[in-house]
Amino acid sequence: MADIKLTNLNKAYGAVHILKDVNLEIRSGEFIVFVGPSGCGKSTLLRSICGLESITSGTLEIDHAVVNEVPPSKRGIAMVFQSYALYPHMSVYENISFALENQGVPRDEIRQRVEKVADMLQLTPYLTRLPKALSGGQRQRVAIGRAIVRGAKVFLFDEPLSNLDAALRVATRMEIAKLKRGMPETTMIYVTHDQVEAMTLADRIVVLQAGRVEQVGTPMELYERPGNLFVAGFIGSPKMNFMTGAPADKMKCKTLGVRPEHLEISARPSPGSMSGKVEYAEILGSDSFVYVATGHGLITARENGRTAVKTGDTVHLTPQAGHVHRFDENGKRIESK
Amino acid sequence: MWQRIRLEPSRFALHLAVLLIVAMWTLPTAGLLVSSLRDKNLIATSGWWTALTTTVRSVQTRTKDASAQVEQDGVFVISGNLFDGSEEGTGTVAAFGTRVAKPDEFAPGSTASYDDGRSLTVNADGTYRYTSPVKFEEGRGQRVFFMTSVPPRFTTENYSNVLFSQGIGRAFVNSLTVTIPATIIPILIAAFAAYALAWMKIPARGFMISVVVGLLVVPLQMSLIPLLKLYNASGFLSKTYLGIWLAHTGFGLPFAIYLLRSYIAGLPRDLIESAQVDGANDFKIFRRIILPLSFPALASFAIFQFLWVWNDLLVAIVFLGTEPDKTVLTYQLNSLLGSRGGNWEILTASAFITIIVPLIVFFSLQRYFVRGLLAGSVKGG
Amino acid sequence: MTMQLFSAFFTVLVGVGGCLAYFWGSNALLDVLLPVSARNDDRSIRNLRLQSTIRPWLFLLPALILLAIYLIYPVFQTLWLSFHDKAGDAFVGLDNYRWAFSDTGFRTSIFNNFLWLLVVPAACTFLGLVIAVLTDRIFWGPVAKSFIFLPMAISFVGASVIWKFVYDYRGEGQEQIGILNAIVEWFGGSPQVWISMPFWNNFFLMVILIWIQTGFATVILGAALRGVPEDTLEAAVIDGAGPFKIFRRIMVPQIMPTIIVVWTTITVLVLKVFDIVLTMTNGQWDTQVLANLMFDWMFRGGGDFGRGAAIAIIIMIAVLPIMVWNIRQANAERKGGH
Repeated sequence: MADIKLTNLNKAYGAVHILKDVNLEIRSGEFIVFVGPSGCGKSTLLRSICGLESITSGTLEIDHAVVNEVPPSKRGIAMVFQSYALYPHMSVYENISFALENQGVPRDEIRQRVEKVADMLQLTPYLTRLPKALSGGQRQRVAIGRAIVRGAKVFLFDEPLSNLDAALRVATRMEIAKLKRGMPETTMIYVTHDQVEAMTLADRIVVLQAGRVEQVGTPMELYERPGNLFVAGFIGSPKMNFMTGAPADKMKCKTLGVRPEHLEISARPSPGSMSGKVEYAEILGSDSFVYVATGHGLITARENGRTAVKTGDTVHLTPQAGHVHRFDENGKRIESK
Repeated sequence: MWQRIRLEPSRFALHLAVLLIVAMWTLPTAGLLVSSLRDKNLIATSGWWTALTTTVRSVQTRTKDASAQVEQDGVFVISGNLFDGSEEGTGTVAAFGTRVAKPDEFAPGSTASYDDGRSLTVNADGTYRYTSPVKFEEGRGQRVFFMTSVPPRFTTENYSNVLFSQGIGRAFVNSLTVTIPATIIPILIAAFAAYALAWMKIPARGFMISVVVGLLVVPLQMSLIPLLKLYNASGFLSKTYLGIWLAHTGFGLPFAIYLLRSYIAGLPRDLIESAQVDGANDFKIFRRIILPLSFPALASFAIFQFLWVWNDLLVAIVFLGTEPDKTVLTYQLNSLLGSRGGNWEILTASAFITIIVPLIVFFSLQRYFVRGLLAGSVKGG
Repeated sequence: MTMQLFSAFFTVLVGVGGCLAYFWGSNALLDVLLPVSARNDDRSIRNLRLQSTIRPWLFLLPALILLAIYLIYPVFQTLWLSFHDKAGDAFVGLDNYRWAFSDTGFRTSIFNNFLWLLVVPAACTFLGLVIAVLTDRIFWGPVAKSFIFLPMAISFVGASVIWKFVYDYRGEGQEQIGILNAIVEWFGGSPQVWISMPFWNNFFLMVILIWIQTGFATVILGAALRGVPEDTLEAAVIDGAGPFKIFRRIMVPQIMPTIIVVWTTITVLVLKVFDIVLTMTNGQWDTQVLANLMFDWMFRGGGDFGRGAAIAIIIMIAVLPIMVWNIRQANAERKGGH
């Protein structure tokens, strides 16, 4: 059981303001993902929750107790570092047991708990090895095992998959999802810059930009109803198309957004369609991306399978009804009725 | 990389050039080593580079005196061996003579005659037969000059001499007594300080680091007078091992802290933070994470400090004094250089004893030494 | 002998043990005075925070005290002494400095030191660079380098014995046992008393320091050369540059910072050089240098602390620019990196 509450949290290094008035409530057992471009403060936010960074102003509560001044080891948290931070001179067993040893847990109990975790993560055959004798995925599991063995109420992950290759990343992502299902009581906070990880793992996503929380919501909320231009542009790949001027005016907004997958390509004009010349068509096999130069800028459209259009063709793009996003002059979403 | 850009005229010239340079650098030391193993008479009379060749040397000796004469068939005979009583004990006579100007007048086996009927026969193995028709008068034996070829001969006599009778053995132990703690203490003190300066949250950290870097170049001679006054005033430090350990520690600290700090600061931040999250306090982090991981830097500083302390003369003279029971090797060698300047057999053996320990340390731990040099210098110090 | 060994062993144990005892003891004491339990009660958390405020000073204290006593205090004390008379009683203003610049011994030392500063760092760096380049291109280069590096392990006194033997002189007609005179004779020259040869004897002493320090330059510059990106060399080859041009225009400029470091390191060493002159000539035959002159005034017949201190301050001033440069380099590096 661990609720986490951040109230007006600020972090500054001298004049450099890293986190600005962050307010966030995390419920016990939730899987929260912090996502945002590099330098947005997501890692700093995680490290502040961990206690590795001091908080300049505001409060951080874990289980309704203010922990601003509590050292990391007393916050009931565990952290999985980007580099795994395995102690290179200690065996896997020693790596996992180090925290328990510091807590003064009796030797027998340490052994039991380490063996249980090792069994759970299929690390039993490697307990006597040094980290350098392990594969990337095994190291990752040791890092997770180190967090599990302490029985922490909150798990913090700092971009844990960024050091793995693409195939292993997918497999480990699924293992983390499985791990969470096996520990429904444990709160997990996960930092990534990869929106696929965010969308697949999170109960709720926190989108950060320049030290501010832009939006908090479930993955589908963020996809379907992005709260502002930044979130709309950041979530989804390829990026949402934005148009200003005539098409926006027609819809009574400042900026109009349509995702590439919500544009239909046709050879003939239809009501509400935009025409343009195909600049380039990327055919990926499963789908195709068509880049069209229109009077409102370069628009990307996605088609399933292999597209028939070719560079130089004139095409007409029609947004699907109900999939048009409107934003006001401040970039805020205008809800459609 | 550079190998690929071939420099003509030829590889041969390159090898030769390097060989020549290496020879220039090693010959002086080689001369010392070879000489220290040679006979003391040979050191003083022939170059060490001739040590492996047989040298011909002219020797002057005397036959036995008249008391050794026996009468055989009416002639009086003194016989014996020219090498008896000589230092070598045995040898080969290449030639002999009766006058100092011509020590190679007669071939071995032939007979030299004197005016009054006496004659001398000398064989190659040194045995001689000196005859006279009349009884030899009392007095010293007849002078004989001969050329002998001395085969290459090496001895450890010089070493046993200096070790036990020139105070080098005792100085060796004193040097160890000074050097070992004066190496370990600064490592400990500097490692703790380096960790604090690299990772702990303390005020004025940047300023303290600047001070350490600044102190790197302070000439230690400058400290001597003030410290000597301080030591004399304190009473318990002057001329003691504790005093010199602390002095060497103080003088070695700037480099030690500088070197270790830059290494420890380069350890991954995640490791230290992970240990903090794991609930280890700084002392435990230092012991369990920092010390084991900094081994290469610790080793290279250890070698530096060991060589520096072992080879030091100045600090030892000033802080340990010149009482014979506490003098170190360098001091002993220096005073031998003054008192026994011409006795090369003593100097060479003593010098070699003083450099053998650093050489062993150097060769066995060269890898760490070089790494430390690079860490200390290339990074801008 | 056994007794001596035993007492030496005991002394060593006490020294090292005492140091260990301080660190372990003080940290254990901190844990006892400010106990932290496994539970997360307020007292534990407060104590933990207090501990982490106090602990850095436990770590730093011995180093700070030793640095203050052995280096910082003496710098100021020496400065003070340099303005006082021989016993350090009466203030004499700049008299000691005025004396220094009018003293012939001091002038000789300054001149000689200047020669050393001019020759030794340049020779070591140049030879080091040449040897590094040459040894890098042959298979037995590492072995060659470690032989050239070897004299670094030898004490100045040991080196002096070695070189005295090299420079040894026997009267003409006698067989030479010093290799230098033997070589001179072999080429038909007549043997010389190298050590007392006016002016040039300085260079014979410098050879010793060059012999010791070239290995250092070789190793550092060798590593720097290996760090020169290979593509820049390959690009130069493609651009049609010859080996010497590549060396001069591509390699040397890229390792310039390292060359400067080597140069300044050896310069500082030269300013402190003392043992070689002491053991080889003790400053006779016009070979005196500042460090040895200072030692003379402090501890030998002179016995004038004021004059010795003035010389020390002059050496210090000579080192000052290098010190400032070092601090700026280190600060820049720290800000750029960690």
